[in-house]
Amino acid sequence: MASEEEKKAVFDAESAKEVVKELRASFAAGKTKSYEWRSTQLNAMLKMMEENEPQILAALRDDLSKPELESSIFEVAMVKSSCRVALKKLKHWIRPEKAKTSLITFPSSAEIVSEPLGVVLVISAWNYPFLLSLDPVIGAIAAGNAVVLKPSEIAPATSSLLARLAADYLDHSCIKVVEGAVPETSALLEQKWDKILYTGNGRIARIVMAAAAKHLTPVVLELGGKSPVIVDSDINLQVATRRIIAGKWGCNNGQACISPDYIITTKSYAQKLVDSFKCELERFYGKNPFESKDLSRIVNSNHFARLSKLLDEDKVSSKIVHGGERDEANLRIAPTILLDVPQDSLIMTEEIFGPLLPITLVDKVEDSFDVINSSGTKPLAAYLFTNNKKLKEKFVATVSAGGLVVNDTTVHLTEHTLPFGGVGDSGMGAYHGKFSFDTFSHKKAVLYRGFACDAFVRYPPYSRGKLRLLEALFNGSFFGIIRALLGWFKS
Amino acid sequence: MEESIAELRETFRSGTTKSVSWRKKQLRALLDLVNENEDSIFQALDQDLGKSRVESYRDEIGVIKKSAAYSLSCLDKWMAPKKGELPLLFFPAKAEVMPEPLGVVLIFSSWNFPITLALDPLIGAISAGNTVLLKPSELAPACMSFLTQTIPRYLDNKAIKVIGGGADVGERLLELKWDKIFFTGSPRVGRLVMTAAAKYLTPVTLELGGKCPAIVDNTLSNPSKAKVTAKRIVGGKWGPCTGQACIAIDYVLVEEKLASTLIEMVKKYIKRFYGDDLKELKSISRIVNKHQFQRLANLLKDPHVAASVVYGGSVDEEKLVIEPTILLDPPLDSEIMNEEIFGPLLPIITLKNIEESIEFINSKPNPLVIYAFTENETFKKRILSETSSGSVTFNDSMIQFLCDSLPFGGVGQSGFGRYHGKYSFDTFSHEKSVLHRAFYPELEPRYPPWTNFKFSFLKLAYAFDYFGLILLMSGFRKS
Repeated sequence: MASEEEKKAVFDAESAKEVVKELRASFAAGKTKSYEWRSTQLNAMLKMMEENEPQILAALRDDLSKPELESSIFEVAMVKSSCRVALKKLKHWIRPEKAKTSLITFPSSAEIVSEPLGVVLVISAWNYPFLLSLDPVIGAIAAGNAVVLKPSEIAPATSSLLARLAADYLDHSCIKVVEGAVPETSALLEQKWDKILYTGNGRIARIVMAAAAKHLTPVVLELGGKSPVIVDSDINLQVATRRIIAGKWGCNNGQACISPDYIITTKSYAQKLVDSFKCELERFYGKNPFESKDLSRIVNSNHFARLSKLLDEDKVSSKIVHGGERDEANLRIAPTILLDVPQDSLIMTEEIFGPLLPITLVDKVEDSFDVINSSGTKPLAAYLFTNNKKLKEKFVATVSAGGLVVNDTTVHLTEHTLPFGGVGDSGMGAYHGKFSFDTFSHKKAVLYRGFACDAFVRYPPYSRGKLRLLEALFNGSFFGIIRALLGWFKS
Repeated sequence: MEESIAELRETFRSGTTKSVSWRKKQLRALLDLVNENEDSIFQALDQDLGKSRVESYRDEIGVIKKSAAYSLSCLDKWMAPKKGELPLLFFPAKAEVMPEPLGVVLIFSSWNFPITLALDPLIGAISAGNTVLLKPSELAPACMSFLTQTIPRYLDNKAIKVIGGGADVGERLLELKWDKIFFTGSPRVGRLVMTAAAKYLTPVTLELGGKCPAIVDNTLSNPSKAKVTAKRIVGGKWGPCTGQACIAIDYVLVEEKLASTLIEMVKKYIKRFYGDDLKELKSISRIVNKHQFQRLANLLKDPHVAASVVYGGSVDEEKLVIEPTILLDPPLDSEIMNEEIFGPLLPIITLKNIEESIEFINSKPNPLVIYAFTENETFKKRILSETSSGSVTFNDSMIQFLCDSLPFGGVGQSGFGRYHGKYSFDTFSHEKSVLHRAFYPELEPRYPPWTNFKFSFLKLAYAFDYFGLILLMSGFRKS
């Protein structure tokens, strides 16, 4: 007699093929294209979030020990807000856009029609497991696609909750959740998708893109990087510090793609900054941060070991100026600040993704730009705290990153009118708001012509006269056209 | 090769290519290049493809001139940051999306429109402020030679380079890191390009091809419209490089009862435009090389296919010319009906009812363009909503290529990404979002330790419930 484990089906390439086949049939039948279907699904998702908030918060607590407020705001509220924006704007987004036409194609009219790509795959990450799963799915649905969501196995409670809720609330014939780890993801990646949106790290992103290349599938890769914060002097230090703390430890304890990764400040300002951090950190999390309920834990022992390794490196461990305490059993690392670590240390070359904040020192604040640009990679975000207008201008002009924020951190994520995505090693493509709709759409160009005014100049037999007329037409010059026509009639 | 790329990186790092004046200077220089070397370009195109002057002007020189002039006139607008609207909650804050160049880009162009497909993407890359390495196709050697020799004389050598050579050069280039790769060519090579790009997470634009169908309905019953339709079909098949174009009409779908009308009209215009003597064809390109010639000749070797030829079919191997050829209902499982033809053979497929054309088209991979000759508004809507293609053109062929305001690109097997006009600028840019915040006012509820009040505040804030926030803050609402 087969045991429970053996009876549970293995999700392999065959299963993946079946899933795609079913979704393709649903898509071909036109199920996902209507405005009604899209708005019904988005409303269902809204209801799903509203009716299950306690379960969602519990799952996030299980997987990440995420503080209730973070879960409620950054996962639940943001998904709901995303649904509402899509619902509100959907009709407008779906409408074709008129395009201008020129003399060359006169008479004609043109438009750009948004059509769904078809069957798309969303692979999400473990750190904001609800947000990073559902936000892209909202875009896929709004654009009229059928979608498979593969949540991260590193957040198992949220993964299984997502699977259950999606099956209960959403149209199962068009929206599916496939749980699993490497084998299941590989099985999915062997299939042909019309688009893949992947959130995660650069190593897996390369595998995703290479798999997509076999089928010429376009991809959006939302990756990470070392998001730097430049801190100038002559600012409101308390506000700046608090905003950095909110973006670092307040975002899943530093385990976020746009968390401030490291700070660059001047040698003369460093001590003031460190003191300000110490003060505000205590105000936020108390004298013993292990007792604070307002900090996520490290997600699992692998990451705990990884972060410990960063701290234990020879030339690094002596640079800790605050924190550094660890509780392996509970997967906790205290908010830790390091001062002046060597540029070639692991903590300064790898994305930290945890509660460790190194501060790099420069002589003049302007030197910060060289530090950032010399890393050779472009981060997902970059931050600057300053009141100096010129510095702001130089920052915006010279620092290339997915997105920039001046005098704050991470809040650009919440603004749906700003495209959210990376560049270079931090990724390609963008989403949020209308950008989500666009990323899951094909913008089909449509040109309407009539039978009148057939330009004889287009057709052979070709002649000098036709050539002159064509030249004039291309130059858009009326006189040229008249001259050419006159010359034509003369000859 | 590595040295050239290192130089391109250095030039980009120096910031030269970012200034609007540099970009405009290069675009003007490109215009000068084309204006001052028209004759050489005509000659090279004639040598490589037998293109006549009008075709060369219409499809290559004219296109580039128009594209460069358009970019010059719009560049300031394109480079300007786009303001973003922010909700009240963020006040005071400013948001904008700033386009910035990606860095060092690689452009692979194809042999069939060797000037356009090299210089048009180049215009986009320059407008967006990148440094560029252009690899033209070796299958159009005279044009490749023209580009490698002439571009350095007009454009900034430190920022824009051209490299000649064959597939081996292409392979070596793909082993290096680029900030963007723009590829025009076949799906097979497109896969190789994207796979290579994946190693460095390099974004790509792939302009591929497909079997572009032309649907013709009963507008054929109207004699004057039938004439225009036939002319546009002939012009859209043999006009561009004798059918060797990604947007050339590949095959036609027509109702059985109108097939003979269509065939007669198409024959008429073939004769009028090109003549009917294989040895004396005029105003038409030739096949690019022996390999392509063999491939096309082989399509006709299948006896069932050969039996379906109703016009043309003769070939001249020495001159690499194939007569404009019409086939009526070749077998649907033959190669000619499953591979992109890319040549002067036009299959006409008959259907009982023209509405079946939608199903027919959907049974094949998404093409770059669908052409439909119809005035039936319902049918037009059905075509738009029930088929998928890079673009759709009603009642004409080819001409959508000239519209700077329409994105040009494929979907599915016909590629992804797009260009022309502002889309060229965008495809070579990164849209960087920038948010400027002020130190005041400060929202205390953002920070821990968390309390019920802060919780309620944030919940209301995220729902943009300003009224609720006011109630909460003035004590009229419990937290």
